[in-house]
Amino acid sequence: MAETSRDTILQSLRAARLESVELPELDPSWSQFADPRARFAQVLESVGGRCLSAADLQDVNRQLAQRTEFQQAKWIGSTVAGVDRVNFDVMGVGDPHELEQLDFFVAMGQFAIAENGAVWVSDAQVPHRALWFIVQHLVLIVPADQIVHNLHQAYQRLRFDHAEFGLLIAGPSKTADIEQSLVIGAHGPRSLTVILL
Amino acid sequence: MSATSCNHAKEADRFTADRPRVQWHDQALWFVRAKRDAAAHAVEEWEQLRETASQIKRHTLARLPEYLEQFEENALRLGAQVHWARDADEHNRIVLRILQQHGVHKLVKSKSMLTEECHLNPFLEQHGIEVVDTDLGERIVQLRDQPPSHIVLPAIHIKKEEVGQLFHQCLGTESGATDPKYLTEAARGHLREKFLEAQAGLSGVNFAVAETGGVIVCTNEGNADLGTSLPRLHIACVGIEKIVPRAADLAVFLRLLARSATGQPITTYTSHFHGPIPGGELHIVLVDNGRSRIRADRQFWESLKCIRCGACLNTCPVYRRSGGYSYQHTIPGPIGSVLGPLQDAKKNYSLPYACSLCGSCTDVCPVKVPLHHQLLTWRGEIVRRGLLPWRKWLEMKVVSWVLRNRRRYQWSGKLAGWAVRWTPRWMLYNRLNDWGKSRELPEFPRKSFRELYRNRNGRNQ
Repeated sequence: MAETSRDTILQSLRAARLESVELPELDPSWSQFADPRARFAQVLESVGGRCLSAADLQDVNRQLAQRTEFQQAKWIGSTVAGVDRVNFDVMGVGDPHELEQLDFFVAMGQFAIAENGAVWVSDAQVPHRALWFIVQHLVLIVPADQIVHNLHQAYQRLRFDHAEFGLLIAGPSKTADIEQSLVIGAHGPRSLTVILL
Repeated sequence: MSATSCNHAKEADRFTADRPRVQWHDQALWFVRAKRDAAAHAVEEWEQLRETASQIKRHTLARLPEYLEQFEENALRLGAQVHWARDADEHNRIVLRILQQHGVHKLVKSKSMLTEECHLNPFLEQHGIEVVDTDLGERIVQLRDQPPSHIVLPAIHIKKEEVGQLFHQCLGTESGATDPKYLTEAARGHLREKFLEAQAGLSGVNFAVAETGGVIVCTNEGNADLGTSLPRLHIACVGIEKIVPRAADLAVFLRLLARSATGQPITTYTSHFHGPIPGGELHIVLVDNGRSRIRADRQFWESLKCIRCGACLNTCPVYRRSGGYSYQHTIPGPIGSVLGPLQDAKKNYSLPYACSLCGSCTDVCPVKVPLHHQLLTWRGEIVRRGLLPWRKWLEMKVVSWVLRNRRRYQWSGKLAGWAVRWTPRWMLYNRLNDWGKSRELPEFPRKSFRELYRNRNGRNQ
């Protein structure tokens, strides 16, 4: 049988021996913040997102009702029970292309990262991963006690032992591809609001 | 391999002919460089992160075959399919075969310098597949039928007036529109349609994790993500050097990548693909295309540490003033000038000379590729391999002959001073004198340093 490309590549790599060094230890105490919550809010705002705090779900609804994009939204979906005005059943959608008309989507974020303003979310929370990107306005509710200092601590929490899509979201979709002018709302959500609960 | 060679200086002439544009290009990139500086300086352990990243890369490259096998095993376990491609041609054929097997004729693509390197788009188009680049900058250059001029900012050389004109012709926007917000909104609408029609999504990969079998893709626009979450088929093309051993290593690289590229703390989206979309397929194509040869090269293996952040391009005084196309290579700038001759030394012989050896690229590189040292090493290699044009070769020989002997050196100084004083201008400034194209020769002093020194010492004694 003919040699496969896999064999050829691995053989040519094995033929050249490089001097190895140990894999460095990583320090989870790099970049700590006195007030991680304040730092998270500040970084998120600096990348075009919005950070709010809410006492309970009622408070979330009250604050959402004040947002223009929520008031103007025709189709609102949520995977968080108890959000007002939800009129689009995202769980009942079979083909993700149908999500194109969704204006507003509320979901839980697992945890937030103070250092870079990112929130971790995954497929486990939604019926279709397209939801994170296709909706016009995205709201993530994150438990306020779930804020880590930095990415090193984030990866200490995460386990990748089964097939699942997960991602860090830091702000709304954006581009600066025309003359370095920052434009919010490239392909994905035009706004990102994180509510610390 | 190409038979014709590229002369960077000649190619740059075309760009530098438009002086206001050169200045504009220079400043646009310097703006990005300044943002990078601010972001890097705000991280206390920045230098430690660079050193750690460099060591992780060194370790991984040394054990690359083991980590590739581990990656493959884990990716298969998660339900992905793994393909191996020796070169660009095999990579293109694998991608085409997957697309044809699934009856795909509309493909959306996110940024991948690897597929640029392999010239995948024209290959797929020849076989009747509509390929749409979905990154805004890439879409702009695709509509202009151009390659990217920068690895992170593909349309950095294009002005908003030109984008406005292009979109007026191709997307039907208002004539004379130049507002980036309006133009971006038009592109959003146009590309939304393409996303919804696409039967498959193809992405590049920033990192592939051996320990988990996952691939990580970083974007700001969310195009790689939208493009791979609507269709059931995702093809991810990965250069074999993109492997990192542990998921925890991602923390180090992600902290460095966006800060080095654009000064952001992290890209808007950092997608972790572990296995295919439910009910769909994920095909991962591992590509060598010369990488195993570079890895075996004792002088240049460190160039494989590169994570394609573009920081060395933004800081390079030559790149900023000559533009990406002057390099005539997929990857321009300092890193491209190291990789270019590794791919084809004859064609790309002039790239290591598109450098003032200022060393700024080495200073900003987040994984500590010793870029300017490698460029200097390449110059020696170019000479040893006899690839230098005869004129430059002759100049070097003459200078070396003069400098090697004290008397010849002293006399040449005198001669040059006399010659510059008495030779008519047309003989000094003509097309043989590249140096004098945009510079005046200095006024030569009547006495040499040596003579002044001797006189002064004579007086003192």
